[in-house]
Parts: sequence; structure tokens; C-alpha cells
Amino acid sequence: MNKDQLLKKRYGAEKRFKFYGLVSITLAILFVIFLVNVIFSKGRTAFQRTTIAVEVNFNTEELELSSNASIEEIQDADFYDLSINSLLKLYKTEGAKQEKELLRIFSPDHDIEIKNFLIKNLDNLNKNVIVNLTTSDDIDQLHKGNYPRHLPEERRRISDFQLLIYDQLVKENKVNKVFNTFFFTNGDSRNPEVAGIGGSLFGSFFTIIITLILSFPIAIFASIYLEEFAPKNRITDFIEININNLAAVPSIVFGLLGLGILLGTFDLPRSTPLVAGITLSLMTLPRIIIPCRASLKAVPPSIREGALAVGASKVQSVMHHVVPLSIPGTLSGTIIGLAQALGETAPLILIGMVAFVVDIPATPIDPSASLPVQVYLWSEQAERGFVEKTSATIMVLLSFLIVMNFIAVYLRQKFEKKWS
Amino acid sequence: MNLAIIVLIVLFSVSSFFFARTKVKKIAISNQTKLNALPDYYGYYLSLWCALPALLILVVWTIFEPSIIKAFIFQGISGENAQTYNNSELNLIYQQIKSFHFGYFTGTITEEIIRGAESYKSFLSIAQGSKVVLLATIIIFTTLYALKKILNNNKAREDVEKIFKGLLFLCSLVAILTTIGIIFALLFESIKFFSVINVFDFLFGTSWSPQRAFVRDASTITAEEYADLKNAFGSVPLFAGTAFIALIAMIVAVPIGLFSGIYMAEYANTKVRKYSKPIIEILAGIPTVVYGFFAALTVGPFFREIGEKFGLEVSSESALAAGLVMGVMIIPYISSLSDDVINAVPQSLRDGSYAIGATKSETIKRVVFPAALPGIVGSVLLAVSRAIGETMIVVMAAGLAANLTLNPLESTTTITTQIVMILVGDQEFDSPKTQSAFALGLTLFFATLVLNYIALRVVKKYREKYE
Repeated sequence: MNKDQLLKKRYGAEKRFKFYGLVSITLAILFVIFLVNVIFSKGRTAFQRTTIAVEVNFNTEELELSSNASIEEIQDADFYDLSINSLLKLYKTEGAKQEKELLRIFSPDHDIEIKNFLIKNLDNLNKNVIVNLTTSDDIDQLHKGNYPRHLPEERRRISDFQLLIYDQLVKENKVNKVFNTFFFTNGDSRNPEVAGIGGSLFGSFFTIIITLILSFPIAIFASIYLEEFAPKNRITDFIEININNLAAVPSIVFGLLGLGILLGTFDLPRSTPLVAGITLSLMTLPRIIIPCRASLKAVPPSIREGALAVGASKVQSVMHHVVPLSIPGTLSGTIIGLAQALGETAPLILIGMVAFVVDIPATPIDPSASLPVQVYLWSEQAERGFVEKTSATIMVLLSFLIVMNFIAVYLRQKFEKKWS
Repeated sequence: MNLAIIVLIVLFSVSSFFFARTKVKKIAISNQTKLNALPDYYGYYLSLWCALPALLILVVWTIFEPSIIKAFIFQGISGENAQTYNNSELNLIYQQIKSFHFGYFTGTITEEIIRGAESYKSFLSIAQGSKVVLLATIIIFTTLYALKKILNNNKAREDVEKIFKGLLFLCSLVAILTTIGIIFALLFESIKFFSVINVFDFLFGTSWSPQRAFVRDASTITAEEYADLKNAFGSVPLFAGTAFIALIAMIVAVPIGLFSGIYMAEYANTKVRKYSKPIIEILAGIPTVVYGFFAALTVGPFFREIGEKFGLEVSSESALAAGLVMGVMIIPYISSLSDDVINAVPQSLRDGSYAIGATKSETIKRVVFPAALPGIVGSVLLAVSRAIGETMIVVMAAGLAANLTLNPLESTTTITTQIVMILVGDQEFDSPKTQSAFALGLTLFFATLVLNYIALRVVKKYREKYE
């Protein structure tokens, strides 16, 4: 091999090596794009709800109400018969089977929906009104184009007769898409078309607030102690080893801690944001302490010495000068730690937050779910509608995380002093 | 109730701050003496003494009250009745009594429950009353003590600072307490488990099927039953599955992460760095449940379809899908750590290599990489410990059946999956099945502890070398 060939070979190797690096980075970025794309394309449709316009006659006699019924009276009234009658007028049916199929086009709670409509629009009593009623999940998915209607009938959940009705209704312009407010206000449900993340939003909110209240002061105090006051001795070393190890302990182990100690020994209420918050704050604590200490360390010693020189005590120099200067870094570290806690699932599953909870929690000691747990719960469901609901929940969760991370980055870039 | 007490204590403590401040000012003026500290510090001193001991007692009380009442109720139940209950039955009755008391009990109401609820109610009110009395006494005494000190013109600033430092120290002890709590929680149940199942049978047994194990009373197990039990709790398939999925994840993550790190540190200009680094780090910020959903919904079925085309039988919960997605999740951990580590290699080493005519890639391969190797090994070890502790991806995308297999297309299970599966839903306490989850957790805890310890040591040693 002569000199030129060798040189060529070496340059070739150089190019290839650089190429590998470029490919790796591109692959990693492509993964991000692909993942986000899958979630968004699947979840986008969940923000819309399919409704069918139905004519309802709110006849007070038929409902056994007085002619100017109060809200309480309407609340207690039975709307089931009225609802069935109005729905059956939509399309001519023969026999009980076809009737049942027609009714199954709608979400099972259609009578309650009609009742709620009347309560909101009390002046519609004794009138013929068009009400938009939520369709069942299958029709919802069909209308959004997610349902394979070309399959043979026996492999579909929608019968030919239902398809016939659906096509007729579409022709009559009675099938509409509206913004899905249910998704944000409702609690969990077995029926995907009315299932919402209202409950888990509140659950996550309470959990994060408790995590913040518990972990933020303790983390700041601990990092001030370790960075400014701790003497160099065995106890300090031991604390530092503990913090570094805890930051890397798998989250599921904290779930076992919550289950064994908080639920087992201290007998706190299961499935509640209270226990979840305590568990997550124990988990987040070391992850907040580490960036807090870094930002305290970044304050130059001249600040401390200046304060001491004009007669401040050690505590005064730290609390009046060092800590205020480190606040941007501390806050952004805390927010990032909380963002991690918000997305954490495994420990919450172990402390029983996987229970099926319909009600929206009013206090931190009510049983509830949280956003990531809701993702897990819905991903286990077989219904088609839950796939888009799961993806949409992920979109909501990710947007919270993005906002939190942006705030953290903004705080750091805008307010953190650069010491040179 | 507790909230009201806390609000009261805080209000009292805030008002005592102002009280003390004006009081010492007045004294200083009327006695013509110089105060030993700024008036504010006397305020802090009094309000700290007023609030801290009471709050501390309140916390301790709240933590221990339920278990003490529980013990009393247990005593009541077993004292009244001739029949003896075991622990889990007692627990059940206690739960029933509690739910009856709070008015959401559904089921047959027995005489026992009604009586239990009555005594529960009376215990609650006794506890409530004595708590208030105790707190009031403590507040009065501590406030009087602090007031006396203030009136004697103590060195308030130094005293306040001492208390403050003590408070800081207590906060940093929480980390130790957490570790102790983890070890206690895991050991406590694990010891019970290992009293039934031999440690070696657990660690080296090759058959795992805990759903087969229903043992009511651990003391009456015959040798025959034990042989059966032993086969339910052999955890080798779980260790193998965990290691296998982690291996697949590493095969994906190490090359991609390492090459990205090298490119970022050595080749990329500032503009590429500025944009690509945060994008890759997004991967680390995505919650793992999202990866799990992605693996179960998209990647798993995708592999099965491809397998069908080639006539291969691919499980929809294959180890490959879970491992691959986990690998993607781990890429940023390796890439940013190795980026840092490579950046820490002194420029003089590179310059020396360039000076004798090496190309950039030769310099990286022969000089920079060997110099950075300890740090890179450390970062890979940290990534491995993440991979074996990762839960949601494997729970959602890997299988449940404990197969001892090396075929990536079959389904395998992991330690974390089994912990979740055992503890989700209704658990019977005091059964080896529930306890086995804690034993698995203990194994996991120690495995990650050892990995992290080695990794941190290696990285630290490496940093010291070049600083």
C-alpha cells in the first residue's frame, strides 16, 4: 500500500466516523418527531365529539311535571321514556331488535343528557326543541373515519342497519361534530364517548400541590444546610451519599415505600392525592436538592465575604445575600423536579391510584386518578374510542410538561446572574 | 380539625412576633438599656418557641394516633369475644368499623361492628380532647419560657440562628429517613416472605407463577406443599427477563447515544449543538407511561406485522418492542453524560495527537475515547440501572408470563412488571404472594444501589483525574 492509498483510506475512515455521528443524532431526533407525530395524529380527534340532532318535545304532562316546574322538580323527574320516544322517531324501525340497534347509536346516558339540556334552558318546557345528543363510541369513531366500515357485518360492532341509519342521518345533515367539553369536565367512564380527564386533572393538581408544599421548603433548607453550614464530618458525608443514591433509586421502590409505610404503618387513606403527594415528594426531594445545591454553589464566595466584612453573621450573609441570588436556579430546579413528578406513574399504581373513580375529587383525601395513571388505565381498555382518548390525555400531559420546562428555562436565562 | 389547630398556632405565633418586638422596644426605652439584638430577633425568638414545639408534637401525634387507636380497637375486639382472630381478620373488622363510622359501609352490619364503631368514636373524641389540652399546655409553657428569656434581654439573634440551623439540619436528615424508610418497608415484608420461602429457592428457582400460591397459614405448610410453593417463587426467569430487555435497550442506546455524544462534543458547530441537544433531551423528559403506550400501541403490532410477512411468530408483547422503546428512552442519558465526559478531556491531549498528524477521528478513537472511557463506562452503568428499574414501558409492552427464553420475539417478564402485577388490585395482606413483591423490590433496590454506587465512584474518580 503506497502513501496515497493509505491517506485515502484514512480520510475515508474519517468521513465514515463523522457520518456515524450524524446518523445517530438524526435517528434520535427522528424518534422524537415520530413519537410526537403518532401521539398527535391519534389524539387530535378526541377533542371533537359527534352528536346527532334529535327533536324532543318537552311535554310537561308526559314528564308528569307541573306546568312551571322548578329545577328541583326536573332533577327528580324521569326522562327515560321521553328520551326513548324521541330517539325512536328518528328512523322507522321494525321489531325490538331494530329498536335496540337504533338506541345503541347513542351514548347510554341519553336521558340524562336531555335532562341537563332542559335544566340549562328552562324556557323550553312545553316546546319542540332540537337537542344534539352524543353518539355511542362506535358511531363517533365511524364519523371520525377511524372505523373500518368495509369489514363484513359479523366482524363489525356496528350492524348494517345502524350504518343505514347513520348514512341517512348524515344525508339529512343531522350528524355534527362539536368541541368535546366532556373530555375536560367529565370523570372517568366505561363509555369512551363520555369519559373525561376532569377527575385526573384535579387528582394531578392536588398531588403536585402537596408535592410542592412538602418538597420545596425541605429541599431548599437541606441544600442550604449542606452547601453553607454543614461541617465536614461523617454525618454530612452520609447524608450526601444518601441523597445521591436516592436520586437514582427506581421510582417503583418509592411506590413500595408508600405502600408499606404510608398505607401499611400509618394507615393513610388509599388511592388519594395525599399519599401520592407524600410519596412523590420523597422521590423528588433528592432530585430538587441536587440542582439547588448547584445554584447555591454558583454564587461566588466574594458575596459571602462582603456580607461578613460589614458585620453580618453567617446566617445573615446566607439568608440576605446568597439565597436571594440563587433563587432563579433553585426555582427552575424545583419546577423541573415537579415536572418529573407529574409524569410519574409506577409509584402511584402501587399506592392504589388505579381504582376506577367516576367522581371528580373535591379534596386531597378523596380517591382519584392522575393524568399519567389515566393514560395507563385507558391504554388497557379494548374500545377503539379509548385509543384517541389516551393519546389526547398524553397531549394534555405533555403540554403541561412543556409549559413547566419553558418556565424553568426562562427563569434561568432571564434572572440568573452570570458570574465571571 | 388539624388544619384549624395549625391555623390557630400560626396566628398565635405571628401575633407573638409583634408582641415581643414592641415589648422589648418598650423595655429598652424605659430601662435605658441597650438590646443585645435587633428587636425583630426577639420577635422571631418568641414566635419560633411558640410554634415549633407545638407543631412538632402535633405532627408526631397525627402520625401515631391511628395506629394507637387501632391497637385499642383490636384489644376491644379480642377481649370481648371468646373466639380468637388472626391478624388479617382483625384488620378486616377494623376497616369495617372505620367505614361504618364514616357512614359508607355496605354489607351486613353485625353487633360487633356497631359496638366497635361506638368505641372507635369514643377513642376518637378522647384523642381529640387530649390532643388539644396537650398542645395548649405546651404552647403556654414554651411561650412563658421564651418570654422570660426575652425579658432578661437574651442574645436573641444567636439563639434564633441556633434554632434555624437546627431546623436546616433536620431537613437534611429527611434524606436519611427516606432511605431508612425504604429499607424498613422492604425488609419488613421480605423477612416475612423469606420465613416461608427459602432465600436460595427464591434466588435460584427457575419457575415463577405466584398466582398459584395461596397460603393462609404459614406455620402449617407440609413438605409437599412447600415443593409446590417453591416452584411458584423462583425468580430466575424474572432476573433473566429484566437483564435481557435491558440488554436489548443497551444495544439500541449505547451506539446511538455514544455517537451522538461524540458528534456533539467534537464535530458539531454551536448552531447544531444549540438545537439538537435540547431536542434529544426531550426524550428524557417524556413520561415513561407515554413510551409504554407507544410501545404497546405502535411498535409491538408493527413488529408482529413484519414478522408475519417473513413467516415468523412474533408475540405482540415481545421483548424486542419493549427493549427497543426503552433504548430510545435511554439515549439522552448516555449522550449527554458522554458529551460532558468528552468535553472534560483536556484540549492538550487532542493538540498533541493532531501535532503528530492524526486525523480527527483517529484522535477521538485512540486518544480522547480511551481517556474518557471511565466516565463513559460510568454513564453506561447509570443507564443500565435506569433500564432495570424502568417500570411503565415493560408493564405495558412486555408480557406477564415468566418464560425463560433468549428469543427476543417471545414475550418475557421483568421484576418491575411482576411487582406491579402482584400489587395492583385487591391484595391479601400477609400472603407470600404480596410479600414476594417486596422481596423483588428489595432485590431491585440492592441491584440498582450497587450499580449506582460503582458508577458514581467511577465518574468521580475520572473527574478528579482531570481537575
